Amino acid sequence: MLRRIHPIQPNGFKFSATNMKWAREEIKKYPSGRKASAVIPILWKVQEQEGWVSRPAIDCVAKILEMDPIRVLEVASFYFMFHLSPMGDVAHIQVCGTTSCMLCGSEDLIKVCKEEISQEPHSRSSDGKFSWEEVECLGACANAPIVQIGKDYFEDLSEKKFRGLVKLLKKGKIPVPGSQVGRFSCEPGNGQKSLQGKNKEKNNASVQLALRGKDTVFKKNKLKFNSV
Amino acid sequence: MLDDKDRIFTNLYGKRDRSLKGAKDRGCWQGTKNILKKGQSWIVEEIKASGLRGRGGAGFPTGLKWSFMPEAKEEKPSYLVINADESEPGTCKDREIMRHDPHHLIEGALFAGFAMGAHVTYIYIRGEYVREREALQCAIDEAYDSGLLGKNACKSGWAFDVILHHGAGAYICGEETALLESLEGKKGMPRMKPPFPAGAGLYGCPTTVNNVESIAVVPTILRRGAGWFSSIGRANNVGTKVFAISGHVNYPCVVEEAMSIPLKELIEKHCGGVRGGWKNLKAIIPGGASVPLLPSSLCDTAIMDFDWLKDNQSGLGTAAVIVMDNSADVIKAIWRLSKFYKHESCGQCTPCREGTGWMMRVMERLVKGEARIEEIDMLHKVSKQVEGHTICALGDAAAWPIQGLIRHFRSELEQRITERNKVEIKYVAAE
Repeated sequence: MLRRIHPIQPNGFKFSATNMKWAREEIKKYPSGRKASAVIPILWKVQEQEGWVSRPAIDCVAKILEMDPIRVLEVASFYFMFHLSPMGDVAHIQVCGTTSCMLCGSEDLIKVCKEEISQEPHSRSSDGKFSWEEVECLGACANAPIVQIGKDYFEDLSEKKFRGLVKLLKKGKIPVPGSQVGRFSCEPGNGQKSLQGKNKEKNNASVQLALRGKDTVFKKNKLKFNSV
Repeated sequence: MLDDKDRIFTNLYGKRDRSLKGAKDRGCWQGTKNILKKGQSWIVEEIKASGLRGRGGAGFPTGLKWSFMPEAKEEKPSYLVINADESEPGTCKDREIMRHDPHHLIEGALFAGFAMGAHVTYIYIRGEYVREREALQCAIDEAYDSGLLGKNACKSGWAFDVILHHGAGAYICGEETALLESLEGKKGMPRMKPPFPAGAGLYGCPTTVNNVESIAVVPTILRRGAGWFSSIGRANNVGTKVFAISGHVNYPCVVEEAMSIPLKELIEKHCGGVRGGWKNLKAIIPGGASVPLLPSSLCDTAIMDFDWLKDNQSGLGTAAVIVMDNSADVIKAIWRLSKFYKHESCGQCTPCREGTGWMMRVMERLVKGEARIEEIDMLHKVSKQVEGHTICALGDAAAWPIQGLIRHFRSELEQRITERNKVEIKYVAAE
């Protein structure tokens, strides 16, 4: 798929002090002279900070990693998780459309995106807050259909549940991630046949990490999670 | 059904204590130092004797793979790279290991790394798994803080580092050499082989790439013995296996079961059966998107292991079972896989770059019945021209589901075309 940089670019890019410090640490994970290995994690940090990867950001990353800018652009355009144009300010919604999810109704979820956000994928809603796209297998097929919003997976969705979820987000509220039909993680919905016993943990690992509330789609609001 | 006492991943669902203490209570990190003391060749031989075959799809014997690693040298370090780029449609098993039972993986990395003379392991996790990455990193940090990893891992005298790296949404990086390219900071385009990674892998150094599950089962095998592991399943297809069942079953799930479990038992015991009953089953894809499907006629007797599925022109792959009942449009299901491969082709080899798009477009017309009957054979021929003519196996993986569809559902493809033609003739007549 051909992916180009956006025609409208910002004047510059600068990592926040915290992120710059983080980037310097990240580079240390790799042997000396192998700074380029950190390119994906650092571009990812760019996207976390800015919402997308701009041309000035690519140049900045190239400088940090002592790479040619074209090598960084190559990476940014090759990997689909990097957005080369601005997405929704609040959230970019990624609907898994591959076979398992399709069999379980992901086409209905895409319909909801078209109705609630915008007709076309990769384009912003009229208020600029949301965008969506159909992505390839997200790797949580036993909980199909799935949607990724920010860092979190929302699983076991239906058209109705998903619409409720989008509406919550529109109101500036945060939905609780994980299974939307009350499953703990990937156990059979009618109860486990193996590894039975008392629950020691309240939530599965992914949900528990999300509920810290440090890094959901809303960065500044005081967080309160809501069920759909 | 496999007994809980024979399950390796005793916290697959994450309901039990996920901390290091919880993992230790369940047997992880017990006597690690003493096992390391038995030596590198003992570990390799034990894994060879256990009959463990790689859990990432190809089923190559893990111990044998490790034995390809050359003697470690000062100037060229050896690397263990763990493939956690789980993106094969239908597959969601490694996710559960990494977020809920991560200490199996971390301890397994130490054993495997030690056995092949590596002091560093990189775990390459897919970019979308953000929370899973955080959970795994927490577990790695805990292991460092307790001295299980680091300069003197488990007080064994062996220095061992586990470094978590991530991708950014490219299925192709699950191919081992593309993964290495990506880890070096490049586009994930597969390398020509030879040289194989054991000769020249990451940064040109000897490297072994293993799947998460292959590494994560290692500590338990070393503790309980090769004999225990190889007593489960059929000859040449031994051990336990984490299955992921998705699609049209009543209760989709991920579950660890004995290798060679009959498909019907797997679905009925753990997933509450096929939606609408076993008779309502149309087809299954037994091992993730890359393997040809099985029609219901073969499902009654299907055995979920490498050899049975291979003998029946399919494969175990990642043991990700996608189930379709009679309400499913099997042609459309396969078209969606063609779309997937078209999207994920890295574009390096012409037969794959052009072929995947071509096959997807013909599949699109077959879904609607807007094709000619001869085109089915043409599609098969083109799929054969892609298969085996590319650097990596993505071309093959794109071709096989289509070949499987034509093999088992040709009549349905033809019927759809005929019906569509009838409608068109009616319209022409009406005009």
